[in-house]
Amino acid sequence: MKVQDIVDKLGLKVCSGSAGLNREIEGGYTSDLLSDVMGNADENQVWITLQTHKNIMAIASLKELAAIILVKGYEPEADAAEQSNVEGIPILSSEEEAFELTGKLFDLLKK
Amino acid sequence: MEFAFFIEGGNFSKAGSASSEVKKILKQLNVDSKIIKRTVVSLYEAEVNVVAHAFEGDMIVEIFPDKIAVRIEDKGPGIPDIEKAMEKGFSTATPKVREMGFGAGMGLPNIKKNSDEMNISSKVNVGTKLEIVNYLK
Ligand SMILES: Nc1ncnc2c1ncn2[C@@H]1O[C@H](COP(=O)(O)OP(=O)(O)OP(=O)(O)O)[C@@H](O)[C@H]1O
Ligand SMILES: [Mg+2]
Repeated sequence: MKVQDIVDKLGLKVCSGSAGLNREIEGGYTSDLLSDVMGNADENQVWITLQTHKNIMAIASLKELAAIILVKGYEPEADAAEQSNVEGIPILSSEEEAFELTGKLFDLLKK
Repeated sequence: MEFAFFIEGGNFSKAGSASSEVKKILKQLNVDSKIIKRTVVSLYEAEVNVVAHAFEGDMIVEIFPDKIAVRIEDKGPGIPDIEKAMEKGFSTATPKVREMGFGAGMGLPNIKKNSDEMNISSKVNVGTKLEIVNYLK
């Protein structure tokens, strides 16, 4: 499954980094603690969080994540969006809360 | 080969940039991707610790045929009880830093897990020195 597929299926907004919509997804990780993500997320995963500052992009880039989804309608801060465009790692946004969104993404990726 | 990077305390918008530079270098040198991944986790956590807890520091990366050796030295408050600091969940991060999602007390445990050798020494009110070695097999 590609990032574009989950954008379509989960009705996500593409905030930045649209060059990376063809990235392949191999799972996901949900957490708002940065060193938890650093220690436990894996390459090509989608990261679900409510953190919107630039450091999320440093982590996404170092870990080579597929995309970040911000919950509850949050939008990335300007410098985070800019970095997402530079890296080609999309930041997406969902109106849903982390619990619902994680469940839906889990179901999609299980198929 | 030796590379040095300056780390500015308190500047979160630049946190991770030294680690990112090192990652590029290791990729160019065709280092095994598993070793790059482990090293990058350790370096990022060490870099953020200087940003979050110290005033300024340097990251010195030495690449040998058989290993990557990194030294992160800072001027800062130091760590009074290193054993305690190494515990998962221990953190003195300020509320502002915690709000950003730092301060889980997982950085040093992450470094331990992702390096072959790790050594910390620290002097209170002077600074902290962290040494990490990852072998290239
Ligand atoms: N370079 C440093 N200078 C001073 N104190 C430090 C330094 N590095 C770590 N510490 C101390 O050790 C504690 C634990 O560090 P650790 O990296 O494990 O967690 P954290 O930085 O608080 O949170 P996290 O890394 O999960 O965001 C810190 O809260 C701080 O008190
Ligand atoms: Mg830390």
